[in-house]
Amino acid sequence: MGTDTMKRTWKVQLWRRFIIAIVAFYLLVPLYSMLDFSTKPFGLGNSGRTLASWKIIPSQPDLLIAISRSLITAGIVMLLILFLIVPTVLWVHLKLPALRRPLELICLIPLAIPAIVVVVGIAPLYRWISINLTESPISLAAVYSMLILPYTYRSLSAALDAVDIHTLAEAAKTLGASTFRMMTGVIMPTVRTGIMNGSFIAIALVLGEFTISNILNYKAFQVVVAQIGRANGHVAVAVSLASIIFVLLLLLMVPSKKRQKEVLDVDID
Amino acid sequence: MRQVQYSRTGSANRRAGSRYWRSKSAYLGVIPFFLFTALFLFYPTLNVVIGAFRDQQNRFSTEILFGLLKSDRARQTFFNSLEISAITAIAGAILGALFAWALVTGKPGGIFYRISVALSSVLAQFGGVMLAFAFLATFGFNGVVSSLALKVLPNSFLANSAWLFEMKGLIVVYTFFQIPLMVLVFLPTLENLRPQWREASDSLGGKSLEYWLRIGIPVLTPSFVGAALLLFVNSFSAYATAANLINISSFLLPLQIAEALSSEVGGANPAEAKALALYMVIVVIIVMTLYALLRRRVSKWEQTR
Amino acid sequence: MSASTYVQLVDLSKHFGQVKALDGLTLDIAQGELVALLGPSGCGKTTALRSLAGLQELDRGQVIVDGKDITFQNASKRGMGMVFQAYSLFPHMSARENVEYGLKLRAHKTPAATRKTRSGELLDLVGLATHANHYPHQLSGGQQQRIALARALAISPKVLLLDEPLSALDAKVRTQLREEIRRIQIELGTTTLFVTHDQEEALGIADRVGVMRNGVLEQIATPAELYNSPKTAFVAEFVGLTNQLKVSVSGGSFEILGSKVKTLAGSIGSGSGTALIRPEMFDVKANKNGNAKIISIGFLGALCRLAINLNDGVRIIAQLPSADCSEFTTGSSVELSLSTSGVFVK
Repeated sequence: MGTDTMKRTWKVQLWRRFIIAIVAFYLLVPLYSMLDFSTKPFGLGNSGRTLASWKIIPSQPDLLIAISRSLITAGIVMLLILFLIVPTVLWVHLKLPALRRPLELICLIPLAIPAIVVVVGIAPLYRWISINLTESPISLAAVYSMLILPYTYRSLSAALDAVDIHTLAEAAKTLGASTFRMMTGVIMPTVRTGIMNGSFIAIALVLGEFTISNILNYKAFQVVVAQIGRANGHVAVAVSLASIIFVLLLLLMVPSKKRQKEVLDVDID
Repeated sequence: MRQVQYSRTGSANRRAGSRYWRSKSAYLGVIPFFLFTALFLFYPTLNVVIGAFRDQQNRFSTEILFGLLKSDRARQTFFNSLEISAITAIAGAILGALFAWALVTGKPGGIFYRISVALSSVLAQFGGVMLAFAFLATFGFNGVVSSLALKVLPNSFLANSAWLFEMKGLIVVYTFFQIPLMVLVFLPTLENLRPQWREASDSLGGKSLEYWLRIGIPVLTPSFVGAALLLFVNSFSAYATAANLINISSFLLPLQIAEALSSEVGGANPAEAKALALYMVIVVIIVMTLYALLRRRVSKWEQTR
Repeated sequence: MSASTYVQLVDLSKHFGQVKALDGLTLDIAQGELVALLGPSGCGKTTALRSLAGLQELDRGQVIVDGKDITFQNASKRGMGMVFQAYSLFPHMSARENVEYGLKLRAHKTPAATRKTRSGELLDLVGLATHANHYPHQLSGGQQQRIALARALAISPKVLLLDEPLSALDAKVRTQLREEIRRIQIELGTTTLFVTHDQEEALGIADRVGVMRNGVLEQIATPAELYNSPKTAFVAEFVGLTNQLKVSVSGGSFEILGSKVKTLAGSIGSGSGTALIRPEMFDVKANKNGNAKIISIGFLGALCRLAINLNDGVRIIAQLPSADCSEFTTGSSVELSLSTSGVFVK
């Protein structure tokens, strides 16, 4: 944005740094506090740093079970995205253009129906599930995948707008590919970044979800963290900080293709 | 030359034979998805909408719905929610927009940019539990800032953590997750601000102020307002943070809904929960409709690259 | 440097990282003249234009307009009208409001009534008076560029700068619009710098054309001079079509197809080289025992192009007025000869 000369203006740079300083301060102070708090020894009046809270984490059985369950749940959500949602969206885009509008609308419903409302409506269904199918919080994967629908659809939709999959599909067909091969070998790789973005959001959502799991009394990750928090604040904070760092690292590993392209495009006509 | 007989695929043959069914077979592909959404999306929605119009004995009645309108407690809760949503939406929108601008005027694709975007993505999804703990660690009892304040400014509100659990505190806490969300939503809009507009304005004699007043701000405003609306909805429907910071259930709407559902306070009242939920849905739908209208206006201006 | 020189670019240099976009470019533009900068991608022509506009900082060099050195002057004070390749119209303003934008700014503050008259004049000038209240997304690409032109002219600019304004448009619109730009430029007498990579465009409307390569001017001359007397091999090949034939030069001329042909200034002095022969330099006559055979005939309206194989295997393209082509068919044997005043040999 702006020209070469504009970017270098010292006034602009000054404003930039000022804004970054303020916002960064707002955002980083609580994060720093988490670090500080979680490295304080138990009991008031003690000073010095200790990793005691962090070291306890592996020995909390509730926590470990909850973490593994949440990761499994995240995995199932990703499977649902990959094998139910993405194929459907691609299928509609390719073969059933009349359904595009309705599909878009459906995928936007979760934006209008927040989690707290969903939990009210879905409570009876999950009561039935926990009695007749499974008590495990992994069953929440189903409703989670619905909550995430708008974001997944948007990521996918953005990728589809950039690539003309109709032409790709026709090219593949005339070269002899079966429908299955075309979908998996040609179409899906081109929307790979869209799928990846959607999947990472899925992981973040599952690990951070509290509303539905808490009200329905499942011992999901955040519920257990809250529980620990009531007993031992330091450990709870340590766990929270650890999960933020985890998701952050995951996200930094996703290469951002669009940004790379713009860096390499030095227009010097 | 022998005429080759081409089989007709036009509308004349529409209802007859296997061709019709074959063309409809593509619809089979979407059945699994629609079954799934029917169960896990439509069912809960309908459950709430219809259930709001029933009373304790499951007969059709608007008694609970209207009863809530008269209830002082319900009204207070509702307005608290509106207040906190409006304030944090505006605060988050302004701060987030400014930060997004700072990102865009920096090096595109640089480390700072990538980390900021990644951090925003994480923080925006920041579960309420972690957020609550983060602020407890900062301003709560024995928190970093509150301990500091005790030593330096013992009489200020910072030293006494009670403020964190009131409206003021909630506003500060909620704004924390509004800012990254704003950055994520608004950044693409800023990136769509064509450099040619700035250059055209410059070469026609305009300086920075004039560019922003006449071009930058007018073009950005619809998107800005739309993003602020999103922030409003985000705040309005947030449950987890409040649940972990506040114990009074009649402070915010989501808390009241949760209380009506759970049987802790003696006697669950699912009908009331559904009625409250319906009110929430109505507000959200109104706001989201406004958002959609604004988006449509903006997308007319956007030209395809 | 004549008395009517209006713009002087002196020894402009600019590099981006390792790449030299401008490498000592020097160029004059006379008052009321339309100079086109022509060259391939990356030759630096757009960088030169943007330096003149004040949108690009330079490492070295001077920009002088109307006798004043404006090298360090802000873009908003230079009073230049710029037309970009695309997307430059303000999307939230109507066509008229876009055109009036420059007039609304402090620099050119004009009262509302005057603004309306002026924008009306300009909209008439570009033929879009009926679209005054339309928004950019309601206009076609060609219409948008015409509004962009009107907007740039509204402030009565000292210099009109056009950065590949037609590149994003359809072929037919391109031809129409470039004639209109030229007509308006002549009518208003505005000094103009026009950047393009399309040589037909440049040769078609400019008073002088500067061919650029790697940040420097290879040659600047009238279109005819550029075409008939190229100073370097690059110019000879970039402008117009050329056939490349191996010849042996001695004493300023070479022998080919039975005639002696003079070499142009800048060619090699002696020895073997490659002659750059234009298609229209060939004479083609039907002859059963000729020295060449026609491979294919392409009809281009007023002209026709013949792909011809010489008996020694070399293939050339010849060009004739369509009327003269009617006697030929594919495979006919012809006699090929050259009639020209000079050919560039590299």
